[in-house]
Amino acid sequence: MKPAFSVIFLTTLIGAAQGLFLALFTHQSYALFGLLPMQSDCFYGNGSAIVMLLLGGGLFAAVFHLGKPGYMITRAWRGMTQWRTSWLSRELIALPAFMGIVFLYGVTHLMLIRPEIVTLPGGQIIDLTVLLGVVGTIMAFVLFICTAMIYACLRFLREWHSPLTVINYILMGGSSGFVLAAFYATCTAPTASGFFTDWAIILTVLAFVGRVASLLRNARLKPTSTIQTAIGVKHPKITQRSMGAMGGSFNTRDFFHGRSATFLRAIKPAFLILAFVLPLALLALGPSTPALLGIVFILQYVGLLAERWFFFAQANHPQNLYYQTVG
Amino acid sequence: MTQLALVIDLNVCVGCHACVTSCKEWNTSGSAGPLCDERPYGENPTGTFFNRVQTYEIGTFPNSETLHFPKSCLHCEDPPCVPVCPTGASYKRKEDGIVLVDYDKCIGCKYCSWACPYGAREFDEKQKVMKKCTLCVDRIYDMSMPEADRKPSCVKACPTSARLFGDIHDPESTVSKAIREDGGYALMPEWGTHPSNHYLPRRKTKVKIHEDELERADNPLKLDQQLPKPDKNQSTMDDVSAW
Repeated sequence: MKPAFSVIFLTTLIGAAQGLFLALFTHQSYALFGLLPMQSDCFYGNGSAIVMLLLGGGLFAAVFHLGKPGYMITRAWRGMTQWRTSWLSRELIALPAFMGIVFLYGVTHLMLIRPEIVTLPGGQIIDLTVLLGVVGTIMAFVLFICTAMIYACLRFLREWHSPLTVINYILMGGSSGFVLAAFYATCTAPTASGFFTDWAIILTVLAFVGRVASLLRNARLKPTSTIQTAIGVKHPKITQRSMGAMGGSFNTRDFFHGRSATFLRAIKPAFLILAFVLPLALLALGPSTPALLGIVFILQYVGLLAERWFFFAQANHPQNLYYQTVG
Repeated sequence: MTQLALVIDLNVCVGCHACVTSCKEWNTSGSAGPLCDERPYGENPTGTFFNRVQTYEIGTFPNSETLHFPKSCLHCEDPPCVPVCPTGASYKRKEDGIVLVDYDKCIGCKYCSWACPYGAREFDEKQKVMKKCTLCVDRIYDMSMPEADRKPSCVKACPTSARLFGDIHDPESTVSKAIREDGGYALMPEWGTHPSNHYLPRRKTKVKIHEDELERADNPLKLDQQLPKPDKNQSTMDDVSAW
């Protein structure tokens, strides 16, 4: 498939946003049960603002995936109507819903709107921010699943049609978000940064394992469709002589990454190192300074951009069988 | 239930592209707007088409065969492109099974084209919406046309009658009979999309003649071990006096 930069930025930005939100609320939950010192409301509130910025950036990138950016205003609302069948439609509902919850979570923290809802037997007070955090956590996972299922549900794009696609979207978004949370914490609440760094390491290891697993799986795939089934002729040697157009068509432009096989081979180790190995090494061995964690986040983000590019480029669409030869 | 479809006879398709140009002409002139082209007279002309004719070489020369392969939307009975559409712009008509795109609802996200294993959909780079074969839905129901013309444009244009059009759910229709009797098959059956369009395979007309049909084993003249005269390799009077 041709990697569309709008979708690459959308999925990586909102992945980091969802991860950061999960990180913030994980911290608040730990603190609620007294496992960590509670941070100020500003910490969670300002963190939510960063989540909103990233989500907004993702939404902005998504606009460029539409035929015309104007469709965002005139037609995109229709995209919420087919949630019964379309994962893309479900994502178009889940994304604004998640944004709304994050917005409320941030506002309730910043404006100290914390009406008590229920008190647990252990004495922990469940207030509005905790309730919004729980709903937001559910929505973050719903959004991860919707985003990944857009790809995983396409059964003839076999590189994507796997539970690993969903697992990896969650793990890579989580890793990116927790790294960002660690950076944010070193800047604003240094006592909390260790918690986020530890979780960032765990999630990055898991994401690395998940991504390598999907690479191994994809390396073993045998194509289901062949030129024989595509045109329905039983003969071992079939060669296309003409695709019916000399100057290319949508089918030749949108289903191929347009780079050499060497480039594709080179980008695989590059993203594995940038997105997983290098961040892990720096997180585990480096000092927990804002500068270093900022660099780790940016390096990993670049790595995840490359990962997402490769994710699209590696998927081989069966329609390409019909578009082999100009003639 | 009706399922309109094309049946394409690869045995008689000569690859003339008349269906391609006729399709383009009809569908670029309709009320739904043009099928946009870019650089139509330039170096790398490209544009939106509903129908393409491709050519394949089967086997290795000299034991090879040329196959011309017209390719358009197959109007699948279980179209994978329809449920993925977020806006409902892609839909399959209940009354006749035609898969259509509502250009006024399409947001141009191209997700449906990812979901079509056949590459039957083409994005219009100027109108910024997804397009595909409509089975000439603006033609086949047009009562102002003579009945003979109420067929898809490609079908009307085919000089060898390689394209048949009809209801594949009606067992007595021409298309159903062609599929049943001439070995009609579907493309990429492995995905369970149940394409409505079918293809009829290349088939060679062969006459099988056995040796004993040329020379009867029970020829009574052979009973005495003597061949009839003159010998079958000798000339007879018939060869020189054919009046």
